[in-house]
Amino acid sequence: MKLEFNIEGGNFSWAGHASSEVKKMLKQLGIDARCIKSIVIALYEGEVNVVAHAYEGRILVQMEPHKITTEIIDKGPGIPDIELAMQEGYSTASKEVREMGFGAGMGLANMKKNTDELTIESTVGQGTTVKMVNYF
Amino acid sequence: MKVSELIEKLNLQVISGEKGLDREISGAYVSDLLSDVMGNARENQAWITLQVHQNVMAIASLKDLSAVILVKGLQPHKSTIQHSNEEQIPLLSTTDSTFELSGKLYALLKDS
Repeated sequence: MKLEFNIEGGNFSWAGHASSEVKKMLKQLGIDARCIKSIVIALYEGEVNVVAHAYEGRILVQMEPHKITTEIIDKGPGIPDIELAMQEGYSTASKEVREMGFGAGMGLANMKKNTDELTIESTVGQGTTVKMVNYF
Repeated sequence: MKVSELIEKLNLQVISGEKGLDREISGAYVSDLLSDVMGNARENQAWITLQVHQNVMAIASLKDLSAVILVKGLQPHKSTIQHSNEEQIPLLSTTDSTFELSGKLYALLKDS
């Protein structure tokens, strides 16, 4: 089973909307509650990253028995140094975004902590693809 | 303890989300960094913060929090109020500082 959602870059009023839809669907499907919690944390962080940094993005959720794969694919500036971006506390978020309480440099770390597999591929000037796998 | 009892005991103002006043509160989380709350707050906790924009309610909903308490008499954005009503998660307000409110809430919940 596959689900797809769109994310609009720069629109903070909609941030979390896709994550909320995914959460509802996973609940309806009776997926393990702990697994849902982890996926929701990781997915929200990914969604906010697209809103804060990219122009537009898509979320693809694929469900298999005992495995959920979530992909967040964006068109945006890309990440020049993924290793640096993964460091807790590192952020390139704007002052405005930080004042809202985002941009603490905890997003990617939250994603890593709450997924079994995390892969990030990025091309500067084109965009970023984040792939997360959770087993349950 | 229910949100409604907490409001009475701590003299909090109810801004919105009245339909959620029967929610149980198991504890609280204090933070103004959204990723910190996303990563570390737990279900049924109250969230004490000074952030007033609607993303606060999005997080409260995603994390199944019981209530959001704004400190220092801060007023939420209109969209925050709307989101609180939609999600039926109470949005509360106090004139206390974060430190004062946290102390009072801790004292209340540790014996309950």
